[in-house]
Amino acid sequence: MNQQANSAGGTQNRASVERQGDRELVVTRTFDAPPSMVYKAWSQSELFRRWWLPKSVSGVSLVSCDLDVRTGGKYRLEFGAGGSDTMAFYGKYLEVVPNERIVWTNDEEEEGAVTTVTFEDQGGKTLLTFHEIYPSAEALEEALQGSAAGLPEQLDQLEQLLADMGPGLS
Amino acid sequence: MVQYTAAHLDTSFTALADATRRGVLEQLERADASISALAEKFHMTLTGMKKHVGILERAGLVTTEKVGRVRTCRLGARGLAAEAAWIERHQRLWDARFDALDEILSEMKQEGSDESTS
Repeated sequence: MNQQANSAGGTQNRASVERQGDRELVVTRTFDAPPSMVYKAWSQSELFRRWWLPKSVSGVSLVSCDLDVRTGGKYRLEFGAGGSDTMAFYGKYLEVVPNERIVWTNDEEEEGAVTTVTFEDQGGKTLLTFHEIYPSAEALEEALQGSAAGLPEQLDQLEQLLADMGPGLS
Repeated sequence: MVQYTAAHLDTSFTALADATRRGVLEQLERADASISALAEKFHMTLTGMKKHVGILERAGLVTTEKVGRVRTCRLGARGLAAEAAWIERHQRLWDARFDALDEILSEMKQEGSDESTS
């Protein structure tokens, strides 16, 4: 483990990722920017698509990214790996409070999670909490075990990424 | 940490795809049990239960130990390890995402200080 750089420029902090109980996943991280800015980067497609898919994942691209971030609005993300097949994640925004919180469904799964992201002002910085709750312990278990099954090995990385995205924004 | 390949997960998935086997795992979460106790609990023949336990065992979800004439089943370490791997993948994913988001935020701040955007 290296030391925490807690000043100037690149604040190197790790996201905290944990399971709560048997149906919830919680990710938290502080950003050196006000909530309005973090919210903007999360809710505008052109910005969002620049960070949601990590660059370290080669061979996969975000083919389309439509986010209609308002209560009742819909989103749809499609990932591709070069071929004509894409994998889509989509759902509906259940609640949107600008600069504060976004709640959405993950409808590509029958028992998809409901995801809530909140942006909390901490003296000009933002504490971001990403929280997803599955309808049942079994559904989380399936996200954990099931989605990873049965893909050719060369697609392993894509599959892993998408499996993680599935419950994520999916 | 152990690598979990698609094949491994496939075995787990097959093992978990059956209601009785999921029930057995739930049961073993509460307490270890002998095969005959499980057979009785799930209204099943000893042979039938042995088969299910065998599948769970091959998936690493259950381990068994024979002491005298009784074979005792307990949860394997595998379930927990798979969960740890899942958390670790999320950790890497979110760290990568959020580092990229940091960059975008600092860009936005610079643009903001030039002030001409809406």
